[in-house]
Amino acid sequence: MPGFKSHSGSAAVLDRNHVDTDQIIPKQFLKKIDKAGYGEFLFYDWRYLSDGGENPAFDLNKKEAKGASILVAGKNFGCGSSREHAPWALKDYGFQVIIAESFADIFFNNCVKNGILPIRLSVNDIQQLRKDPSEKVIQNLTVNLEEQYVANQNGEVFRFDFDPYWKKMLLNGWDEISVTLHQEAKIKKYEDERIVN
Amino acid sequence: MSKTIIDKLWDSHVVVNEENKPDLLYIDLHLIHEVTSPQAFAGLREKNRTVRRPDLCFATMDHNIPTIDRFNIKDETSRLQVETLEKNCEEFGIQLEGLNSEQQGIVHVIGPELGLTLPGKTIVCGDSHTSTHGAFGALAFGIGTSEVEHVLATQTLWQNKPKQMKVNIEGDLGFGVTAKDVILWFIAKFGTNVGTGSIIEFSGSTVRGFSMEERMTLCNMSIEAGAKASVIAPDETTFEYIQGKRYAPENQDFKQSCERWSKLASDPEAKFDQVIEIDASEIEPMVTWGTTPSMCLPVSGVIPVKDPLSTNEEEQALQNALTYMGFNGNERIEEISVQHVFIGSCTNSRLSDLIEASKVVEGSKVHPDVRAIVVPGSQAVKREAETLGLHQIFLDAGFEWRESGCSMCLGMNDDIVPEGERCASTSNRNFAGRQGKGARTHLVSPIMAAAAALKGKFTDVRSVLPVKELEVNRYAGV
Repeated sequence: MPGFKSHSGSAAVLDRNHVDTDQIIPKQFLKKIDKAGYGEFLFYDWRYLSDGGENPAFDLNKKEAKGASILVAGKNFGCGSSREHAPWALKDYGFQVIIAESFADIFFNNCVKNGILPIRLSVNDIQQLRKDPSEKVIQNLTVNLEEQYVANQNGEVFRFDFDPYWKKMLLNGWDEISVTLHQEAKIKKYEDERIVN
Repeated sequence: MSKTIIDKLWDSHVVVNEENKPDLLYIDLHLIHEVTSPQAFAGLREKNRTVRRPDLCFATMDHNIPTIDRFNIKDETSRLQVETLEKNCEEFGIQLEGLNSEQQGIVHVIGPELGLTLPGKTIVCGDSHTSTHGAFGALAFGIGTSEVEHVLATQTLWQNKPKQMKVNIEGDLGFGVTAKDVILWFIAKFGTNVGTGSIIEFSGSTVRGFSMEERMTLCNMSIEAGAKASVIAPDETTFEYIQGKRYAPENQDFKQSCERWSKLASDPEAKFDQVIEIDASEIEPMVTWGTTPSMCLPVSGVIPVKDPLSTNEEEQALQNALTYMGFNGNERIEEISVQHVFIGSCTNSRLSDLIEASKVVEGSKVHPDVRAIVVPGSQAVKREAETLGLHQIFLDAGFEWRESGCSMCLGMNDDIVPEGERCASTSNRNFAGRQGKGARTHLVSPIMAAAAALKGKFTDVRSVLPVKELEVNRYAGV
C-alpha cells in the first residue's frame, strides 16, 4: 500500500449523523469474493432512484461534488456492521480522507487498514471548514497526516489527534502482517506458556 | 492493584506491550463465515502466507444461505461465496460446519452451543455481533476483513485498550419484559454511541438472574450502543450452561477451568471510567419506530412529531426517519400494523426465544394480513425445538418454520421485506434498507413479535396472555 503523507482536494459534505454501513454499501453487494469494484454501489439507496438513474437530490450527485476526494460527515459515521466492503466502496469511489465528528470503532480501524485517513474534528471545526454552513462542497482542503492538521483555503488550520502507531503505519504504507510476523518469537513464547481452556 | 474483568481478560492476552504501540493481543478463537472471509484468504494466498493456527479457527456459513430448499442456492454470487469458503477451509485445514452439517447455524449461536465459547477467551469474528460471546466472560469483538487476514496469519491483533464502562442493572424485570427490552431501553436512553471506544461490563442482580441465552441477547446488541465489546462475569449459570457441551473441557479439566473462570470477576475496588446505574423496574416492552435502534419507545408510547421548520441535524434525522418509516408523528405504537413478523437472528433465535414466543402463539392464529416466519438460530436449536413440538405450535398458528441462518435480519438471501411494508423483527438493526430496500423494520422481543403476528399490529404482550401462562424466560439453554 502506498504511504499516506498529505492530500489536497475538494470535500463533499454529507450532513448526516449515524450514517450506517448498510447505507454506505447495502447487503446485496457483499456477495463478491474480491475487493474491487464496490465504488459504483457506494450509498446505493441514496444515490440512485428506483429506475436506476442518479438521484439529483443526493449531495454526492451534485455537479460540484463530483471528483471530491474527501468526505465530511457528522457523528458516529460507519456505525453498524464490520463489513470492510464499506471502506472498499469509499476508496474505490475516490475518497481518501473522511472527516467526521466521530466514527464507529470497527469502521475506523477498517479505514486505516485500507489507507483511508479517518479524521475526528469537533462539530465547530467542521462548521468552520466551510465558508457558510449550507455549503455542500468545500474546495481546496489540505490534509496533512505528518503534521496532523486540516487547512482550508482561507489558511485556517484545524489540528487533529491520531494514534502514533497507526500514524506511522499509514505514513509508511506498511503491511501490518509483515510487521507482526517480526514478533514471531514472542507469539511462539506466549503460545508455549499460555493456559489452554 | 484492583482489576476489572476487562483488565484481567486483556492482561492475560498481551503478547507484546511496548511504549507508543497498541498491545499485541493473542486470539484464542477465530470464528469465520462466508461473507467477510474470502478476501482475507485471497490476501494470504497473494503473499504466500499460511494460517498460523487452523486449530483455533472454526467456520460456518450463515449470512447468505437460503432458509428454504437450502441445498439449492439459486443466486450465483451467493453460491460462489459459499463454495469459496468450502475451498478455503479445505486448503487451509480449518474445521467447517457447512450446510450439510448438523452443527451448522448462525456463528454466534453455534459458538456457545458447541462449547467453543468459553470464559477467559479472546474471540473474534468478521461480524460486529461477536459481542454476543461476551456473555460468557470472554473478550469478544467484531473485526473487519483486514483483521481477519491478520488473525489468520498471526493469531494476534494490535489493539489499543479501550475505556471501561460498567452498566449495573438492579432489580426485577416486570412481567413480559425481556433481556431484549433491557438492551433496547438502554440504547433508547443513552444513545447509539454511548459505548463508542469502550468495553462494557454488565453487572447487577438483574443480569445475575438472567439465563445464558438472555445474557447473550444483552451482549449481542451492545454493538448497537457503539461498544467495542461487552462482558458479563462468569458464574454458576455460566458453568452449568457450558458443562457437557461438545467442545467444552470435561471432568477434572472442567472443574479446574471453573475455578480459574471464577476469578475473572471484577475486583470489588476496581475502577471504571464510567458507571451507569439502571433500575430494571423502569423498563417496559419496547418497540423501535425509526431507523436507528435508539429511536425506540415503550409499547405504550407515541411517536414524536417532526417540526418542518427545524433545520438542526438531529431534527433532520428525525424527519428523515419519520419519512422513511411512513409516519407523520403522533401515531401510537399500538396503532402500527405490520405485514411481516421475523423471529430469528443472532439476537433472538435460541431455544428459549422460541419457547417464549410459542407460549404466546399456542392455540391462536396469525393475523390474515401477516406473513410470519420463524428461523431457528442453528440446526441444533431447530432439532431441539422440534423435539419439544414447538414447530407444530408455530405451523398450526400459520407461521413458516425455516432452516437456520441469518435470514431476514439482513436479507442477504431471499428473505426480504418488500418496499414500504413493516416487519416486527427480533433482530438487532432497524437501519433503512436493512431488511430490503424501503423495508420498515421494528425491533422487538420474541414475545412482542409473536403478539404482533397474532394481532396484525403492535400489542402490549402483557395483555395477550394472563400472568400465570407467561413465565418470564428462565430456560437454561440447549
